[in-house]
Amino acid sequence: MSSVLVVMEQQGGKWHRMSWEALACGVELGKQLGLPVEAAVVGSGVSGLAAEAATKDISKVYAVNHALLEHYTSDAFTSAVEQLTKQTGASFVLFPHTYQVRDFAPKVATRFGRVLVSDVVSVRTSGAVTFVRQLFQGKMNADFQVAGTGPTFASIQAGAFRADSLAAGSAAVSEFAPSIEASIIRVKVDAPFRESSRAVDLTAAELIVSVGRGIKDKDNIHIVQELAAAMGAELAASRPICDAGWLPMERQVGSSGQTVSPKVYMAVGISGAIQHLVGMKGSKAIVAINKDENAPIFEVADYGIIGDLFEVVPALIAEVKKAKNS
Amino acid sequence: MKIIVAIKQVPTRDSQLRVDADGKWIQEGDLTFEINEPDAYALEEALQLKEKHGGEVIALCLGPARAAQTIREALAKGADRAIHIEEENLTGMDTLSIASLLASAMKAESPDLILTGLQSDDFGYGQTGVVMAEILGISHATIIMQVEVNGGALRVKRELEDGWFQHMTIPTPALLTIQSGINKLRYATLMGIKKAKTKEIKRITTADLAAAPAAASTLDKVYMPQRTKQAMIFQGDPKVTAAQLVEKLKFELRVI
Repeated sequence: MSSVLVVMEQQGGKWHRMSWEALACGVELGKQLGLPVEAAVVGSGVSGLAAEAATKDISKVYAVNHALLEHYTSDAFTSAVEQLTKQTGASFVLFPHTYQVRDFAPKVATRFGRVLVSDVVSVRTSGAVTFVRQLFQGKMNADFQVAGTGPTFASIQAGAFRADSLAAGSAAVSEFAPSIEASIIRVKVDAPFRESSRAVDLTAAELIVSVGRGIKDKDNIHIVQELAAAMGAELAASRPICDAGWLPMERQVGSSGQTVSPKVYMAVGISGAIQHLVGMKGSKAIVAINKDENAPIFEVADYGIIGDLFEVVPALIAEVKKAKNS
Repeated sequence: MKIIVAIKQVPTRDSQLRVDADGKWIQEGDLTFEINEPDAYALEEALQLKEKHGGEVIALCLGPARAAQTIREALAKGADRAIHIEEENLTGMDTLSIASLLASAMKAESPDLILTGLQSDDFGYGQTGVVMAEILGISHATIIMQVEVNGGALRVKRELEDGWFQHMTIPTPALLTIQSGINKLRYATLMGIKKAKTKEIKRITTADLAAAPAAASTLDKVYMPQRTKQAMIFQGDPKVTAAQLVEKLKFELRVI
């Protein structure tokens, strides 16, 4: 039967929080198109999680259980979700846009001769179903439509839909046992690990001054360091700064670094790619300094200065010192 | 080891983007272009693997005529040769058609390893690598931070979310999508630039390759995002704007 199927993500029996946002997107889409919404959770021993998802106002939850799905591999997950999609006959298959989904969902779509519309920020259904995606690291939006026959696959960006919009309900839980041979798994995975414990805990900081690509050169980092010192703030950075080795990785904020929520987060020369935004969107107040007035960072900012950071930052240091001494 | 690196040319990072007249793409006329940053790291990783283990590095690029500049730079950095699939209309394709064309060009080379950046800075689908691996029927691993050659297999370090990592062993031929920051990028040397002029760039068109499926997903229009949250913006004399901001930090946010 035609439906919206949302493939939720868990790891080691714990939900990925974006799963609920993807489900919220699915519910929204189902409502607009008049289609039943079904969810699925994939792993080994995930029936308990499926029961939890079934407390939402959706029509059905599939517990996709198999011993070979205990540890994630793209080969086994692709096969399981491919089988489930065929079995349910879903017309829309949605995923949260996580690292894991990026690893296998494009493969699933390819098996159906379809594409995954990845990293979707909103969906419109007036007329043809339109998926909105960001281009150029969030500087532009674009509308995409999917034609042809077969299921439409999409993955949903973090923060695009509200998990707390999900109403309570009681859905049926259905076991789905995919057939997976050990021989299809070509890779051998080790247990996930974390690098040696972090020396810098940005999550506890009340004030953060964070620097991005706009700083241009390692030799310029010191001006932002001085600003942080003047404000009594922790220094942080976006990924490119740490990639270049200008600041240590432990100061990185974003999807691959730390997630912070200080009282004030001041982004200096950071354009605001989504990978960075997910790590700091929860800040109580966001201040952005950037010369590009169209930089996506201004989307989330409460206060902003449009200007050249090499002029603005020294002026700010002077003003902060003045304010502290008055 | 024969390594193919799939690279893409994209507008430079600080480009001021404007929507073009028919609202289907950006005005490209006044833009400058460069290698997609994650692809630069993929190329560097290929060059380092070749230096350690021998073999050949082939740069493969699907793009318009202007992409020749980016291909030359890859050769100057040390790629041995290049294949340029010349195609002006990339926005009319979707990931499946693009990955099909690239995979078709790769098949003829039978590489041991295919590297590409984890995503492009323009479209940002983050899936061309994975789709190519599926079409070619080889295994893949994404968001890779370290590659070691271990006999007929690779041991790679995959980045997970929130500071987690994972090692995995993957048989060759394999495709890896490379994360920025995996290595330190080199600059082309004068000697390299000179040598690049004698290196082969094989130019082909999509007609030389197996037919790709027609695009199922189409780009309808592009536009500047609408601001949902209105920031209080200061603009003008840096001294004045700094004072205005500090006033807010002190009296509204109360952090100074």
